[in-house]
Amino acid sequence: MAEGLSLRNLVVRKGAEELVRIDAHVAAGSVLTLMGPSGAGKSSLLSAIIGALPSGLTSDGEVWLNSKNITGLAPERRRIGLLFQDDLLFPHMSVAGNLAFGLAAGGSRTERAAKIAEALEQVGLAGFGDRDPATLSGGQRARVALMRTLLSQPRALLLDEPFSRLDSGLKDQTRQLVFGLIRSKGLPTVLVTHDPQDAKAAGGTVIDLGQK
Amino acid sequence: MRAEPVLGFFSVGMIAVLAGPVLAGLIGVLLPAFGHFPQAGLTGPTFQPFRDLFDWPGIGPSIRLSVTTGLIATLASLILSLVIVATTQGTRGFAAVQAMLAPLLSVPHAAAAFSLAFLIAPSGFVARALSPWATGWDRPPDVLIVGDPQGFALVAGLVIKEVPFLLLMILAALPQVRPSQTLLSAAALGYGRVSAWFFCVFPNIYRQIRLPIYAVLAFSMSVVDVALILGPTTPSSLSVNIVRWMSDPDISLRTRAAAGAVVQLGLVLSVVAAWWLAERLCAVIGRQVGPSGRRHGWAERIWPIGAFAGMALVVTGVTGAGVLGLWSVAGFWGFPDVLPDGVSLRGWRRHASDLGKALSDTVVIAFLATAAALVLVVSALQSDRPKSARWLVYLPLIIPQTVFLPGLQTLLIGANADRGIGPVIAAHLIFVLPYVYLTLVDPWRAWDSRYASVGAALGRSPMAVLFTLRLPMLLRPVLTAVAVGTAVSVGQYLPTLLIGGGRVSTLTTEALALASGGDRQAIAVFAIMQTLAALAPFAIALGLPALVWRNRRGLSNG
Amino acid sequence: MRFLSLAAALLAPAFASAQALPTDWNAVVDEARGQTVYWNAWGGSTATNDFIAWVGERVQDDYGVTLEHVKLSDTADAVTRVLSEQQAGLTSGGAIDLIWINGANFASMKDAGLLFGPFAESLPNRELVDVEGKTVTTDFTVPVDGMESPWAMAQVVFMYDTADVDGPVGSMAALLEWAMSHPGRFTYPQPPDFLGTTFLKQALVDLADATEVLAQPATDETYADVTAPLWAFLDQLTPHLWRDGRAYPATGPAQMQLIADGEVDIAISFSPGEATTAIANNQLPDTVRTFVLDRGTIGNASFVAIPFNSGATSGAMVVANFLLSPEAQARAQDPAVLGYGTVLNMDALSDTDRAMFEALDLGIATLSPAELGQAIAEPHPSWMTRIAEDWQTRYGVLQ
Repeated sequence: MAEGLSLRNLVVRKGAEELVRIDAHVAAGSVLTLMGPSGAGKSSLLSAIIGALPSGLTSDGEVWLNSKNITGLAPERRRIGLLFQDDLLFPHMSVAGNLAFGLAAGGSRTERAAKIAEALEQVGLAGFGDRDPATLSGGQRARVALMRTLLSQPRALLLDEPFSRLDSGLKDQTRQLVFGLIRSKGLPTVLVTHDPQDAKAAGGTVIDLGQK
Repeated sequence: MRAEPVLGFFSVGMIAVLAGPVLAGLIGVLLPAFGHFPQAGLTGPTFQPFRDLFDWPGIGPSIRLSVTTGLIATLASLILSLVIVATTQGTRGFAAVQAMLAPLLSVPHAAAAFSLAFLIAPSGFVARALSPWATGWDRPPDVLIVGDPQGFALVAGLVIKEVPFLLLMILAALPQVRPSQTLLSAAALGYGRVSAWFFCVFPNIYRQIRLPIYAVLAFSMSVVDVALILGPTTPSSLSVNIVRWMSDPDISLRTRAAAGAVVQLGLVLSVVAAWWLAERLCAVIGRQVGPSGRRHGWAERIWPIGAFAGMALVVTGVTGAGVLGLWSVAGFWGFPDVLPDGVSLRGWRRHASDLGKALSDTVVIAFLATAAALVLVVSALQSDRPKSARWLVYLPLIIPQTVFLPGLQTLLIGANADRGIGPVIAAHLIFVLPYVYLTLVDPWRAWDSRYASVGAALGRSPMAVLFTLRLPMLLRPVLTAVAVGTAVSVGQYLPTLLIGGGRVSTLTTEALALASGGDRQAIAVFAIMQTLAALAPFAIALGLPALVWRNRRGLSNG
Repeated sequence: MRFLSLAAALLAPAFASAQALPTDWNAVVDEARGQTVYWNAWGGSTATNDFIAWVGERVQDDYGVTLEHVKLSDTADAVTRVLSEQQAGLTSGGAIDLIWINGANFASMKDAGLLFGPFAESLPNRELVDVEGKTVTTDFTVPVDGMESPWAMAQVVFMYDTADVDGPVGSMAALLEWAMSHPGRFTYPQPPDFLGTTFLKQALVDLADATEVLAQPATDETYADVTAPLWAFLDQLTPHLWRDGRAYPATGPAQMQLIADGEVDIAISFSPGEATTAIANNQLPDTVRTFVLDRGTIGNASFVAIPFNSGATSGAMVVANFLLSPEAQARAQDPAVLGYGTVLNMDALSDTDRAMFEALDLGIATLSPAELGQAIAEPHPSWMTRIAEDWQTRYGVLQ
């Protein structure tokens, strides 16, 4: 129970109303899939895990990461990566700029450039560094977003419907890439999705939040 | 969040900047309005000032004039600017509209009014251009165009200035509404461009520009400088009379002025409320008409109107500016000569030293007031609790300057703090801050906050997210807000005059002092300088993002 | 207690100013050095602004006084300002040190105790002033009492464009006749503008049978009687005015612009040299000339006054004194500069100074002193106030 992400009696409330409640442990390299209809509080739960609940919502319970209670930490200090269904690449930066933003601080200029080039190559986008993100295809953008997150060396990963915007051919390919990387890096991951195919590909525990 | 206490302080700062002076000034006006004016030996409460006001023979017409010109000017400006955007969006005309916006916007109200007057007066440029060959006039005809009793010239002057303002507001709101995609999908459903725009884009746009519209409404109803130049005088609109009574050496007229100011406030508030009701009504009707499924082919036929209106505005603006420029170098220029007898730089040489001094003061005041406003606004927005700020920023815009500034002046004199440039900057801040806030708030809110979550997830603090993500992505609206703030500061007359004790002279106070003398050459010289001072930031607001983000398609609109 | 505070309030200006007394001129000049004087003066005329700038250079050179021209669009703004300062209890270091003033504004400031002085009669150059021949001891019948110092003479003249008008129009009755046969070619600035009310007063004086009563405050009986011819005149004139009397130019210069634009042919002016100066500045065609009415026209002096709470009274007095110097007066009278009448007595001047005035070319549109004739004194201010109010009711509101 030591390594991984623990959600201990995590509850999200809107006023007095309880939106969602969960008590689960995600081991390193495995994926916890949360399913359920819209409005079941899936995204709120993710916000609670990274510690950035929108105003009006409150949470109870604790979040532990690798045997450390991170409930009181600011979002930027929790080291939990986040991927949305939209890639949310920063439109004012180049592809390399986006990756550099994710890249943890440290290292010389050339070292950083090399790491970025390597990351791009890893997802089949070698030489795309200077491109404007707006000129990339959906699949390419999704891969840049993924690498941006991974370069920040997160200790856990949250995925909010990350594949829903991709067409079906691309979906399989991207799923394999993402889950492969998660396993190889040993990241505990929480996946929120509508799509049973996602859950299947993820392979881990599935919790249906719609059934209370 | 952790930063909240500090940022909360800035929200408090905003409240202090906006509400404090306005409320103090309001008290300073309410007391004399109800007859409490110890300085003149009067103690209230009494309704005598209101009886006085309503006994004044011009009260009916002047109230009617304020309401009708304000309403017509706002409605016409709104319709014109919407039609211009709806019909040009996605065409090459759109770029032309954008390019012309900055110069039109930066022309100060008074300068625009003067150039319009000189265009359309019976002895104006239009008549000169057509005389005597087409009209047969070798003397100007005796027709009442400028200063007509119905206030049409005044409305025209207001529309020329308010259309660019609303266009700017619409353009700033557009990128968030993603009109291209919306229009494309509506087109796919068989809707023509104009009707698609009005049914699909307009409601989203309107939501973002409704507060600027209220400001336009309040401003148009209480404008002083434009009304002095283009408005009727028999009688003038209410606000002009209030200013006149306020500055009358007969101190007892001040209670009448105060009563007039209270009535003016009531008028503005009721008309804004009426507009709000009409808005609701239109929304209900719009929902009825929208889903009927008809494709409204007629709507497409109005699109040349937008092109024409846009052209007319641009032609008027350019000709007006050209005529101003011509006057600044003209020798004697009699009717019906299309061009002056001679041309020289005499006017410019004559005013060179005054210009330099006024320009440097203008720039310093505008820069510091706008910078302070930007810091306060961004901090308040960042603290994400500005719900109260929304109505707060409307205080200085809806409560006319003539209502609360004199009370504020008395307050500052009492504190012996009415000297020099500092208090003037603070006074400008009262009016600059709301415009900066209004220009920035909707694009700010429309920014996808998931970027902030991503930034945090990538290990960046809220401050880092602000400076590396939010502000750069919002560069265009931020610079637009700066430009608007600068233009507002450059155009301020009453605050500079009253709060500066007359010792701080900006291009605007100099221009209006000269305006009272009617020396067209001097007016033209100062109006051009004033325009240039306000133009530069607009050029930057439109040019810089295009330059910086020239390789970033995701940040261009349209 | 109440008496004490009242006494304190009355004495406060005198105590507050540890400033040099006007009677000790050397002390005044010493104290003035290094002071900055904020002169609030109407800023609507480029010619005046240039003149004031020149005065600033001269007093800087000679006395080390820095002069800042605060350009007003209405003198009443300055009155209001001093009033506000008084209300706020600011008894020293006020924002205004010198005001170009006369008539009703002077009367109300003097009444309200807003002025510093008396100082005018202690100025060294006072002895050059033509106290007998020019109306400098009363201002609109209100005794000046040394609370303001004169610096220019003004007299009503009418400007007309000889290209369109055959010759001078000698009376208000003749003006009415002319206007009826030339509809739309005459107007006057809209009262309560200073020049507009001056036109009304000029008409009142010219049309009234007896003018002695005008020197007294208006009463209900005298007012109705004396103004009856004026209203009859205006009732007939108004429909034949420019724009049928439905609009008026806002100010004198705006009215002058109408001549330049060819919209009107005759316009009132309160400065005999204004037309010549305007021609030189390209503001009027060179066919414009001036005339006065056969029975004479109203005249008055322009003054400068010092607010009670000025922080630079010595500097202000130095400026007021400089304005009375032959050098400044001759420059003001030069139509190429201002074209304002001098307040000096030519007989009191040295030969060289007198020669300076005699050498002035008054210009093509300026009448000689003989042609101008003796100015008629201004009526008591109460007349102007009531006439301006009635005008508003009768003609200022279109029904």
